[in-house]
Amino acid sequence: IEQGNTKALAVVYGPHEIRGSRSKALHDKAVINCQYSMATFSTAERKRRPHGDRRSSEMTLHLKQTFEAAILTQLYPRSQIDIYVQILQADGGNYCACVNAATLAIMDAGIPMRDYVCACSVGFIEDTPLADMSYVEEAAGGPQAALALLPKTEQIALLEMNSRLHEDHLERVIDAVSKACKDVYAVLDSVVREHLQEVSTLIAE
Amino acid sequence: SSDLKHLVAPGDTITTDTGFMRGHGTYMEGEKLLASVAGAVERVNKLICVRALKTRYNGEVGDIVVGRITEVQQKRWKVETNSRLDSVLLLSAVNLPGGELRRRSAEDELAMRDYLQEGDLISAEVQAVFSDGALSMHTRSLKYGKLGQGVLVQVSPSLIKRRKTHFHTLPCGASIILGNNGFIWIYPTPEQTDRKS
Repeated sequence: IEQGNTKALAVVYGPHEIRGSRSKALHDKAVINCQYSMATFSTAERKRRPHGDRRSSEMTLHLKQTFEAAILTQLYPRSQIDIYVQILQADGGNYCACVNAATLAIMDAGIPMRDYVCACSVGFIEDTPLADMSYVEEAAGGPQAALALLPKTEQIALLEMNSRLHEDHLERVIDAVSKACKDVYAVLDSVVREHLQEVSTLIAE
Repeated sequence: SSDLKHLVAPGDTITTDTGFMRGHGTYMEGEKLLASVAGAVERVNKLICVRALKTRYNGEVGDIVVGRITEVQQKRWKVETNSRLDSVLLLSAVNLPGGELRRRSAEDELAMRDYLQEGDLISAEVQAVFSDGALSMHTRSLKYGKLGQGVLVQVSPSLIKRRKTHFHTLPCGASIILGNNGFIWIYPTPEQTDRKS
């Protein structure tokens, strides 16, 4: 998926038998195994360690939490679902591009989900909420948040903020980012329906 | 004639009528029936299900599958068949190389690896489905067993239709096994030796 200049690649495998340690198997739901990595050529300066550093581990955990909320894991006890996301070009909103790409990949794999998961980042500069910021805008400082939303029911899967924002502004910021997520949902939905239409005419019996 | 299929995406409301039973690919949220996969809605009387374009293989008794051995365990082999859990091939469900019908002894257990190793491809038939969804297979026929030289093609299981025979001989000198799990095995037709009954 390409969001502006940010390009993310998502691959989903499964559900399949738990590989590696059998002890991680959950008897009533599927284990979701995520890996977030950035290609060495994705940032302005060549990245030395694609994964294993703190930011990547944090992103991996966020992705895992987001999709554990969205995927109906209780249908696949003792199985494993792998989600691998890689950033090919990073220009702000990395986590959000990953979530959107992974949503489409999971849908393509036929894994049941409650709803689409659409994500967007938001910032608050000079008393205005700014949705989907680029790298330059993120680096300018100022409060930033990322929101992963289930658009139909407006349920929040993940809301992350790692700076300070006055609570008076919170409602406006959340409104702005929810609207941006719904716009992303419109784009993803149209692509999915077009693809469904195309494939169902090809396999018309 | 194909009427317009009702295509849905996850989160779409299929119906608010509570009289329907929900099948695969749907879930209930309050009073509404919502889709959980992207695909076409199928309605059989009171049962509504959504069939996704790509799924993992869900086994039925009697299906022919082509699988790869992943593990050799105590009295059975674990076979990977493109389903959500690995399938099981019990030692008692294979024809022993000697051909005799006898009780499996401890020597047979130790010799399991000589018969089928990790990485081997086999064709088998589904005998039963366990309660958790794993398949139990058997190769108790001369047409099933370890596969030799050939090419494996993997497609989505939803593309393979269920038919009476899945073993075919093509006129170009190749034979093909269409596994229900999406694994297709193409191999050269073995030379026919004349057999008088």
